[in-house]
Amino acid sequence: MDINWLDANYLPWLIFALPLLSFVVITLFIGRYKMLSGVVAAGAVFVSWLLAWAVFFKTTATEEFGINAYGSSFEWMDLGAAVFRMGVLVDPLTAVMLFMVPLAMLMIFIYSLGYMAAYPHDDPHHTRFSRFFAYLSLFAGAMLTLVVSDNLLLLFMGWEVMGLCSYLLIGFIIERKSAYQAAVKAFMTTRVADVFFLVGIGYLFAETQTLNFREIFWNPAVLERLGNPEETGFIGLSAAAIIGSFIVLGTFGKAAQFPFHGWLPDAMEGPTPVSAMIHAAAMVSAGVFLVVRMFPLLEAGGQVHHGDYTLPLILMGVVGSVTALGAAMLGVAQNDIKRVLAYSTISQLGFMIAALGIGAYIAAAFHLITHAFFKALLFMSSGAVIHAMEHGEHHAHDLGHHDLPHRVQPGEATPWGATYVGPEGDVASDEEWQPHVPDGIQLSFVAVPNDLQFMGGLGKRIPVTKWAMLAGTLSLAGAPLITAGFWSKDEIFADSLLFLTDAEAFDLGAAWLHMLVFTCLVFAATLTAFYSMRMWFLAFTGEPRSIMAEHATLMSGHHSNEHEHDEHQAEDHDHEEHHEHKVAMPWQPDFNFGTWWATYRDSALMQGPLVVLAFFAITAGWVGIHPDFPILRWFTGSTNYYHDFVGETLLEHPETIDFSWIPVLFSFVAFGIGATIAWFLYGREPLKENEQDPMIEVMGQPAWVALQNRLDIDNVWLRIFYMPFEIFARRVVAIGIDKETIDGLLEGIGEVATFIGETFKRFNRVFIDGVGDGIPMLIGLGGNRFRNIQSGRIQQYLLFTALFLIAIGAFFVAQAL
Amino acid sequence: MFFEDLGNNLLTVLVFLPVLGAAVVALLPKDQPTLARWVALILSLPPAILAIGLFIDVLNADPSATGFYHEYTTEWFPQIGASWTVGVDGISMSMVLLTAILSPLGILIAFEHINNPRAVLALLLLLETAMIGVFVTLDMLAFFVFWELGLVPMYFLINQWGGANREYASMKFFIYTMAGSLGLLLAIQMIAWTVGDASNLGGPTFDLATWYNVWPSLGRDSGEILGFSYGTVKYYAFLAFFIAFAIKIPVWPFHTWLPDAHTEAPTAGSMLLAGVLLKQGAYGFIRFVIPLFPQDFAGPRELLGVIDFSFAEVFAILAMLGIVLGAFGAWAQDDLKKLVAYSSVNHMGFVVLGLAAGAMMYGALWAQSIDEPDMALSMINQELNNDDLLEHETYARFGTVDNLSSTDRRDLATLKLNRLREEGVLPRNEQSALVAMNGAVLQMFNHGLSSAAMFLLVGALYHKAHTRDLRRFGGLWHIIPVFGFLFVFTSMASLGLPGLNGFTSEWLVVSGAFPLFPIIVLVSMIGLLMTGAYILKGIQKVLHGPVNPDWLEYHEHHHSLEINLRETIAVAPLVVLMLVTGLYPNWILEVINASVTQNIFAVFTGG
Repeated sequence: MDINWLDANYLPWLIFALPLLSFVVITLFIGRYKMLSGVVAAGAVFVSWLLAWAVFFKTTATEEFGINAYGSSFEWMDLGAAVFRMGVLVDPLTAVMLFMVPLAMLMIFIYSLGYMAAYPHDDPHHTRFSRFFAYLSLFAGAMLTLVVSDNLLLLFMGWEVMGLCSYLLIGFIIERKSAYQAAVKAFMTTRVADVFFLVGIGYLFAETQTLNFREIFWNPAVLERLGNPEETGFIGLSAAAIIGSFIVLGTFGKAAQFPFHGWLPDAMEGPTPVSAMIHAAAMVSAGVFLVVRMFPLLEAGGQVHHGDYTLPLILMGVVGSVTALGAAMLGVAQNDIKRVLAYSTISQLGFMIAALGIGAYIAAAFHLITHAFFKALLFMSSGAVIHAMEHGEHHAHDLGHHDLPHRVQPGEATPWGATYVGPEGDVASDEEWQPHVPDGIQLSFVAVPNDLQFMGGLGKRIPVTKWAMLAGTLSLAGAPLITAGFWSKDEIFADSLLFLTDAEAFDLGAAWLHMLVFTCLVFAATLTAFYSMRMWFLAFTGEPRSIMAEHATLMSGHHSNEHEHDEHQAEDHDHEEHHEHKVAMPWQPDFNFGTWWATYRDSALMQGPLVVLAFFAITAGWVGIHPDFPILRWFTGSTNYYHDFVGETLLEHPETIDFSWIPVLFSFVAFGIGATIAWFLYGREPLKENEQDPMIEVMGQPAWVALQNRLDIDNVWLRIFYMPFEIFARRVVAIGIDKETIDGLLEGIGEVATFIGETFKRFNRVFIDGVGDGIPMLIGLGGNRFRNIQSGRIQQYLLFTALFLIAIGAFFVAQAL
Repeated sequence: MFFEDLGNNLLTVLVFLPVLGAAVVALLPKDQPTLARWVALILSLPPAILAIGLFIDVLNADPSATGFYHEYTTEWFPQIGASWTVGVDGISMSMVLLTAILSPLGILIAFEHINNPRAVLALLLLLETAMIGVFVTLDMLAFFVFWELGLVPMYFLINQWGGANREYASMKFFIYTMAGSLGLLLAIQMIAWTVGDASNLGGPTFDLATWYNVWPSLGRDSGEILGFSYGTVKYYAFLAFFIAFAIKIPVWPFHTWLPDAHTEAPTAGSMLLAGVLLKQGAYGFIRFVIPLFPQDFAGPRELLGVIDFSFAEVFAILAMLGIVLGAFGAWAQDDLKKLVAYSSVNHMGFVVLGLAAGAMMYGALWAQSIDEPDMALSMINQELNNDDLLEHETYARFGTVDNLSSTDRRDLATLKLNRLREEGVLPRNEQSALVAMNGAVLQMFNHGLSSAAMFLLVGALYHKAHTRDLRRFGGLWHIIPVFGFLFVFTSMASLGLPGLNGFTSEWLVVSGAFPLFPIIVLVSMIGLLMTGAYILKGIQKVLHGPVNPDWLEYHEHHHSLEINLRETIAVAPLVVLMLVTGLYPNWILEVINASVTQNIFAVFTGG
């Protein structure tokens, strides 16, 4: 077999194989070498990125790329006469993912090299650092597999392996209870959804005998049959509706949509690069990518652009808009910087899902890309902030400040008035097992370096991060015209307002889903602008609200030099001076790379990627500007590049909707209101140390606490599922059914058998043994009696003989007669 | 004469090589345990090599050929019609391969026994003969002999080298299986005589090929055996077969011997018990119950004149209960080995589910082949209704289907079947059943790998820590990283992580069974969910958490808890096979599929 692996048809295999290979190499061979592992992992992703971009730019140069997609496959399973083929496919949708995913991943890997170098936790074998890069490589490989897969099964493989990686990485600090609990929660919540997804895949395969995207989606006959409830399916639903609903459920799990959203904020337990990986470049995007990918199936049997919705689309529209709005509300009341971003992720994914629910295919795929850029940027910036805060803590400690803000202990009142109950008890660890009753307020623990209340004024300490994060924040908030987030969100609004702008196609009464989506999303966008700007103001503006913020720094090298610390312990601020001003910068005459690198290594590795991503967080939206947009159309030309390129993924290219001012107006207003309120509350007069969050006054304490408690949804989950399941497992299955009923029955049978056996034994003793023993006994008895005859006297013998002969003779005589 | 023929009779050689080894090991001097260990290991390798060779041979054979490979027949008990007939197809070959791979690994693990190792090793080799014999023999009497022979070494392994509760466990295991075998023996005898009579042999026959030809369609219209109608006799014979194999799999609710036996057995015993012995039950269904009793298995029955059911559906429901309740049962355990033992109930449930789907469509195909379209319709949960009647002008005048004569009814049913075939409903269902059967057989192989590896790892930890109580573990990952990696890997294979072996087969079963039993499959998904719960529980309770100072102390000063080299070598082949099967299942599925397609389903479709 002669394969040119550098041909665009085969290149995708290499793109995902390289990170997987680096996982194997690190795990088996070089795990003990810290830096080597990191460099190998980052190197593999770097090459993957080069290859992916090579493929991407080749695709943009290909004519009619939708039809002339690249791909190759091999025979994977024989099933009867049919053959299941496993392969890769690069079509326009994959191509744009290949533009975004490897780039974001490369940035995450480079960033991780800096972030993990000073990671405070280590283990006895010192493999934590390399293990991190091994998991991250596996994660990257799985995501790339998912992206280039040409069939649903390979996609599912990447999907689940990512689930495993997120489990391993969220629970990366395996000693910490909250970490592994969060890991289990993430895995199990997504698994609830995944088992449905699995059935959906199985059913689709049973109906079509293939899972290849092209074979299903580019075959109108198949789609029509699947979408027709007369021909396929059960209980009045078409096969497409059933399969589609299962697949959509799978997405809800992975993309953390209501009611499966609870795992994602907890997943912040993982190291921050992991959060960036999970929330931006990979996992949750995979959830949306799946429904974008499967869209032709989801809409099969309906006419979404005329208000004829299919069941999967309704599910997506309703759940997506509810989630977008609900998560944005929860995001308002978070103090953990990472948790603000977590809820913003849930909310933004809700935007995409809802958009897809009303058939806004391109808009959803567009927001997927822009969101990935600005969210990766935001997470990594927040990681830099946390890192700086942690360093600030060490630093302040070294300088003799011991009045650090302490962590809230269980049972203690929190600044916002509620009582922190503490992590839940370990369920089965007691000798006497008792069912676990979740009750009371369970405020999730906020680590001090993550807490926005203790930040403030960080802009002066880490200016690069400040400005990079501003780009991400504005993009998330949808700042008009310049940011990427504005353009993609605007496109979603445009699609959801189709019932107004394109009233001919719609029976207004039937367009209820469009209306719902539009209403929810506009409110959600307003809240988004508010909480994202709140986060930024709290973190970077004003004066430091804690000693940690005051001393925050990203520079490496000071707390690793233990001896220096001892010397300078007493010298207070000189210590700081020593590190911050002594090292010459590249533009200064006495620049020395070695010294500079030793000090600024972490800073450069962490902030360099931020700058790159900030560029894309702003510009990535410019490829999707509407060709009729006033003024800007002079610059962008007469096409919407993104729309035209990605549209080719589908057999029937989606139509471009006419330009209208109404959605643009709403985009402006949503951002304007949200950002203005944030400015009045947090920006105009920044929060001071020990000052209460102004929102508590605005909303009132109960509402604030309710939002902090996530509206108690997680507890409801525990009450409805976890507790009854555990009681069922322990009390009913293990004891009630197996031990008492089945084994009881068996023992009953055993006892009956034993009873019968005993009866026979008694019978034996009385009758059979009686007969058996009786015969010898009688013989013995007879023998004893007759013993006397054998006296040894010949005369007596002769007498008996004679008598006997006479008797016999008499007998014969009698016979003869 | 026999020995000259040996080259053409490799299966016989394969069956008896291990027992020869057992004899050699048993004759070694008692005071040299190390010698016994190495001799046993070396003697277990030729069967493994031979099995791999035979597997490759089957792999290279023409996939469209029907029948068995390496078949060999010679006289054994001509007076009662029993012969020594062996042969393999893809299904049995993959089981033989599994047995021959697991046995040396089990022996390697059994090195750990200090108490009379010679006897353990000899018993393990004897067990290997019995296990291979079950899979390769095509004569029912020989099958039964091997079937029973497998019990003996296992009983002694549990009873002599088992855990604290070994008396109870070994007795339960032995009596339970014997109880099933009793009916099986009677049924085999009865069928042998009946088939012999019907083929005018003047005596019984135990030849499976003859049984296949004669028994299923025997006496459909009339006839009696010993004063009972054929239908009744066949029904009870079916029940005897069904129960015997169901106990072995074990199908819920016959499963309660399993957690006890697995938990108490020594590690090598658990590996082979879970890895191979359970598969014998499933193999019995594939080889005997489905082909011999299509009507009883898939045909409609009534309970108390009210509830309509078929045994295929009952089988599927029991599979569902096994999957769901097995997973819950595993989740409830605090004993790590018992957790793994319960996982077998859960995983074998998928095998049963696949077999149920296979049995259903096999029955429908069989009914069509003997021209019983009405029965075929009822087997696929369809029935003639008045709409069908009105579709055809010829019959529309009857008004309702109840007025049809039996001939007309048959013709109409044929018409309906043809329509279903043209619309693609029947072919899709047949393909689904085939996929499910493929999945079931692959799941047998996969569960053999992953459960053996799980038991091996649990045993490796138990052997050093002397406890299996999950509540006492925790925080071990940093103490024993290699074990941690292997444990997570194997757990993930068991959980059904895509990319590893378990997923492929579970997905095939789900995909194949869903169109036939949608509700049952959906409910089974609860079990799949709970699989995640108990696997994560195992990982979390053993590995996660803060480093436990007691274990660290124990590890550093008393006894290393880390998996040792011998155990690592024993688990390595399993790890590799789990990964390879997950990434490229076709290396074995190709062989399985050829047999499922050609030997089971194509019998009727003529393909």
